[in-house]
Amino acid sequence: MTTLATTLNGPHRRVREDVLHPLEGLSFWYLASAAFFSALVVWALFAWGCQIFLGIGVAGIRRPVFWGLYIVNFVFWIGISHAGTLISAILRLTDAGWRKPVTRAAEAITVFALMIGGMFPLIHLGRVWLFYWLIPYPNDRLLWPNFRSPLVWDMTAIFTYITGSVLYLYLPLIPDLAEMASRSQGWKSRVYRLLSIGWTGSDRQWHSLERAMKLMAAMILAVAVSVHSVVSYDFSMSIAPMWHSTIFAPYFVAGAIFSGIAALILVMFALRKFLNLGRYLRPVHFHNLSKLLLLMCLVWLYFSASEHLTVWYGNEHIEMAVFNARVHGEYAPYFWLMVACNFLIPFILLGIRRLRTLGTIAVSSVAVLIGMWLERFLIVIPTLSYSALPAAWGPYEASWVELSITAGTFAAMALFYMIFAKIFPIIAIWEYDEDVSAS
Amino acid sequence: MSEQLVPVSEIQSTDDNVPRWGMAIDLDRCTGCEACVVACHVENNIPVATEDEAAMGRSSHWIRIDRYYEGTFPDIKVKYRPVLCQQCDDAPCEPVCPVYATYQNAEGLNVQVYNRCVGTRYCANNCPYQVRVFNWFDPEWPEPLELQLNPDVSVRPGGVMEKCTFCVQRIQRGKLDAQAEDRKVGDGDIQPACVQGCPAEAMAFGDLTDPESKVSQWAGVGRSTQLLGELGTKPKVFYLEKSD
Repeated sequence: MTTLATTLNGPHRRVREDVLHPLEGLSFWYLASAAFFSALVVWALFAWGCQIFLGIGVAGIRRPVFWGLYIVNFVFWIGISHAGTLISAILRLTDAGWRKPVTRAAEAITVFALMIGGMFPLIHLGRVWLFYWLIPYPNDRLLWPNFRSPLVWDMTAIFTYITGSVLYLYLPLIPDLAEMASRSQGWKSRVYRLLSIGWTGSDRQWHSLERAMKLMAAMILAVAVSVHSVVSYDFSMSIAPMWHSTIFAPYFVAGAIFSGIAALILVMFALRKFLNLGRYLRPVHFHNLSKLLLLMCLVWLYFSASEHLTVWYGNEHIEMAVFNARVHGEYAPYFWLMVACNFLIPFILLGIRRLRTLGTIAVSSVAVLIGMWLERFLIVIPTLSYSALPAAWGPYEASWVELSITAGTFAAMALFYMIFAKIFPIIAIWEYDEDVSAS
Repeated sequence: MSEQLVPVSEIQSTDDNVPRWGMAIDLDRCTGCEACVVACHVENNIPVATEDEAAMGRSSHWIRIDRYYEGTFPDIKVKYRPVLCQQCDDAPCEPVCPVYATYQNAEGLNVQVYNRCVGTRYCANNCPYQVRVFNWFDPEWPEPLELQLNPDVSVRPGGVMEKCTFCVQRIQRGKLDAQAEDRKVGDGDIQPACVQGCPAEAMAFGDLTDPESKVSQWAGVGRSTQLLGELGTKPKVFYLEKSD
């Protein structure tokens, strides 16, 4: 395999033109949308600044709803992060050939979603400047964090996951970085060269890379499953009604994969449209992923039905207060919207073959993202609002600070992705080369 | 809702000389006057919420009066229940704190270390009694209340969880006084502010390992119950249910 484009012809040359073209120059629309997303992010940072200086009270959380939108967003973004690692690792391990144009787009989602999701437990802290007390670092007072607390497990899990997924994104980037270095000049070339850590494309290096990626794929799969299980333990280890549930760990993992696939599909639509990658992100990729989405939609229904059926049949009065609030009380509109978004819409649009088009796949993905955000909301808020003692019940209303920060994180995701896609080829060129050579 | 699952006799300390502090509240005597709430505010430097904050659920009371209504108007009966930290033996708030800001001390108190708290608020979520109070902002008192702060109690900064301590500063004073006079702490020597302030004498405080103490006597009667005892939290506050 050579890295010099001039000696290439046919499809090898074409993929370089198509994939590397978007990396050149900055169009007006690129700059305009980057400015728009940056403005939203700056606004969110301003809101967070207000919260740090004035007190966490500027957020809408209040007794008894001590956890609000921040935790909803935390669980949602950690869920989105499962797009990458899990999907790309499964496809890599099963050697699904159609994965190749999809994996890098997916792995990048993981890293950015984790960066965003991992911020929320900090944003949520009453005294964020002391967050490092959760880290087991040596100190002269011999103070340790409490290893019995699910929050410490959480922090450990997320640190592990973000380290692993950065590696997992980086490894298959190395050959492309070396190629980028040889194709660019000046400081850019030096930066790419530095990032490619001495890649020359020798057989030995290819062999090591293959092995490293196989190993990382297997490990990251286990880490991804355990991370969302641990996130679910934040809830299920407590004795709060409808949180203390044995089904939560697999339920959360399934939900995470579900929302992750939806996010990946939408990102692929965006890449296809804005970077003109229609030749690589073909309908077959969208159809294959939509079948996975349909499968996860059914899995979600199974878990969700099991969760609610057991509570309803058990008819335990403390839990029923939460159940009633969800199903036909204050939160019922959100609940039924969630059922429509997570089950009815994707099931009908993707389940009936004649209805499954690129358009309906996009609609289903948007619906699933909305539905999964609502699911996280319905898990966090009603339980706290309707706690065990009826005398202590109380409502929750998000303030402008929480809403700004929530909006800001979606903008941050778009911004990170735009910058990433401007610096690195979003499709693994060498994997595509392999594909072409094989066929 | 209330059910006694742990007999008083089962509450034992590891050491004969170490007390296990507990409280008994006779709901027959409670008139819901909230003198305990006021006494607690004064003793423990609890900030006073503004009207708006209180309306949004941000009022901070370490003890509150829960009201339950039975029947329909006009034939209605109100039941009052003062709810404070139940100082559970198996406290759900303790294991979930990532930084050990709350733990059980040797005398059975769920102590809260304000300086160590980073404000995850997990403990408050996991408290089925909702007796934990969060400082949403730095504390403020309307004039001239800031002049009467109790020097024995630290003022808590914003972003920190707090809750009823059974007036640990009074327990400490009682023990030091007894030590200085070379005697044991007698039953009734130590009174938390709420117990002292109760005009109906509806509350008793003392050592649950002493079978002769007033609190043990009260907690041992037939109508003694524990709030949400079925959750297995083993509270050390006992409620003597209304007898009618």
